[in-house]
Amino acid sequence: MELVVFSLLNGVLYGLLLFMLSSGLTLIFSMMGVLNFAHASLFMLGAYLAYQIGRYTGFWPGLVLAPLIVGLLGAAIERWGLRTVHRFGHVAELLFTFGLALLIEELVQLVWGRAPVPYTVPPSLDFAAFTLFGTTYPAYKVFMVLVSVGMFALLGLVLTKTRVGLIIQAALSHPDMVAALGHNVPRVFMLVFGVGSALAGLAGVIGGFALVTSPSMAHTLGPIVFVVIVVGGLGSLTGAFVASLLIGIVQTFAVAIDVSLIDLLARFGVTVARADIFYDLWKIKLAQLAPVLPYLLLVLMLVLRPRGLMGTRET
Amino acid sequence: MSEVALKEVATRRGSTAWLRAAAPWTLAILVILVLPHLLTTSFDRTLLIEMGIAIIFAAAYNMLLGETGMLSFGHAIYFGLGGYTAIHVLRFIAAGLLFPVALLPLVGGIGGLFFGLLFGYLSTRRAGTAFAMITLGLMELVVALALIFDHLFGGEEGISGNRTSGPELFGIRFGSQTQVYYLIAVWMLASLALMRAFTRTPVGRLCNAVRDNPERVQFLGYDPSRIRLIAFAVSSFFAGVAGGLFAVNYELMAINSLGAERSALVLLMAYIGGIGSFLGPILGAVLVTFLQVALSDYTQAWLLYLGLFFVLVTLFAPNGLIGLVLMHGPIARAGLLHRLVAPYAMALIPVLLLAAGTIALVEINYRLAIRPELGAAMKLFGVSFDAKGAAAWIASLLLVGLGFWGLRLIGPRVSARWGEMLEEARA
Repeated sequence: MELVVFSLLNGVLYGLLLFMLSSGLTLIFSMMGVLNFAHASLFMLGAYLAYQIGRYTGFWPGLVLAPLIVGLLGAAIERWGLRTVHRFGHVAELLFTFGLALLIEELVQLVWGRAPVPYTVPPSLDFAAFTLFGTTYPAYKVFMVLVSVGMFALLGLVLTKTRVGLIIQAALSHPDMVAALGHNVPRVFMLVFGVGSALAGLAGVIGGFALVTSPSMAHTLGPIVFVVIVVGGLGSLTGAFVASLLIGIVQTFAVAIDVSLIDLLARFGVTVARADIFYDLWKIKLAQLAPVLPYLLLVLMLVLRPRGLMGTRET
Repeated sequence: MSEVALKEVATRRGSTAWLRAAAPWTLAILVILVLPHLLTTSFDRTLLIEMGIAIIFAAAYNMLLGETGMLSFGHAIYFGLGGYTAIHVLRFIAAGLLFPVALLPLVGGIGGLFFGLLFGYLSTRRAGTAFAMITLGLMELVVALALIFDHLFGGEEGISGNRTSGPELFGIRFGSQTQVYYLIAVWMLASLALMRAFTRTPVGRLCNAVRDNPERVQFLGYDPSRIRLIAFAVSSFFAGVAGGLFAVNYELMAINSLGAERSALVLLMAYIGGIGSFLGPILGAVLVTFLQVALSDYTQAWLLYLGLFFVLVTLFAPNGLIGLVLMHGPIARAGLLHRLVAPYAMALIPVLLLAAGTIALVEINYRLAIRPELGAAMKLFGVSFDAKGAAAWIASLLLVGLGFWGLRLIGPRVSARWGEMLEEARA
């Protein structure tokens, strides 16, 4: 019971973190048709910037400043990069952001070195929030949930209730019409790209101390985020949300359950010899398989439902 | 004209067309035969061998990206799995299996084809962006699984074999690097010829059609996803051939041969060279391999430079380096190329300033961040300076600023000049 509750809590937390990344990515994709390969790199940049700012001012200013800087950088990437590449087509756009991801990873190493930086939980959040089944649950995790949920609520409000949000929604489906009505659609695109990037930066700020802040963090998390949006259905926010939580919870549970097929077979009195060719297969523990699970889910989804959970049909 | 004369013209034209088709191949064979006599050190030979393998892999990759319009972020798994298949067969050969080592690349190709069909069946159901993401996911899956299956993949150390253990064929045992060089040359020429031939077949043409307008292809009664699968399988086969040659050359396959870095490199090779033409990826493979081997001796930051170069290519030369060359075709044919020399020389000045400034900034940072144990005193472009001092920073920032400003000033004029020349050449 204890295992289930804590795994569920951690799984939801991880899922929310994934959704912070995949929501920005999905928003940008459904608007411009561009999948920003460098999105996870911006996430990493958020973590590093928060670490750097935190060294001078403490954690709290970094929480605001780091996403702001990352957002500005995202807007600049759209304005001076993507807009130029746009006329060469979607493949060129995707490749441009792929190159950017390479570049950001190298630049981060250039500035902060190859080893992880000691970006740790700020002292003001380093206490136990509550005790459950005799085990404490750290406050910073509660804080992470609060930040992400609060941000989604804010974003939802802005998108549905404000004038800017309505223009963004309109520009999603009918950019030409919105432009004809006198709105500056390229600027709306820049804004969305910037906000999406800031979202990734914010996820980096609060994810940086829960994960390890190292130059490889973009490479570890990036493919999982891309799997999330393919499994959820490209361009669907609801799909991305469901897939984020699904992958978050499944992966966390797998890590917690340390069982292999050998253990399972041993329960029924069957033992497998070491010399067996399939010994490698039998001895795999579920926890060992955890990093593979998102990708297995992707394969499963492709076999059963190629367009993803909530995706629309395409060629 | 009489019928006989017409026929004569036709045969004459036919024979020149044949000559024209054969000329590049003859040239390639000549280069391959001459090169090992000019470059004799072990380092040079290794470089040539690396280039040969990279050429096959990049050309195979372009069957996918250039010919069929499918962007893959994980094509190294077919290279790697093909190589692993070859190295396992090599171990069987050592254990007594009668199979010529010279045919191992074919085994690698079959391995690549098998996995290409398996994963291609899944991934080619989607196209465009989704396909690209799926290839990325499948690559991560294969790498993670390869780390789990120690027996088959040998973990981080990899699986090794011995290429001289095979039966001797015509006195060749592949004991020397030269013999491996010629083996790779033969396989490279054969693979390139086959790939070139494939693009000329009706299926090859359909691949282009699927790239340009899949809906129209569907109206013609073909299944685009089936054609994508065919292209994927062919590309995986040749990637496997390259992997098999890699296995024969290094006698070792490790997990990094099927991971993200090799996948990214082949993409960079093909795109930097130019995906629009057959020659582009070959050029890109030669250039990137050379940079990889030559630059990594001088600087730790070669991947950064390569990435920077790649981003510049995506921004300003979407047809790659070969596209830049072809851009000047009409002007050269009109004999106007010499009039572009002066403006290009002018543009070179800010480009060099910008490059020098960027390189200085990068190298200073690398020294401070990655190799602090070497101290702050360093030497670049023949100038000694203190990496921690303000002078070096100000100088390099000044170089970058000057170069950038100069380029903004001269760049538009140069490109306008090129436009004028093109107009004149067409007139």
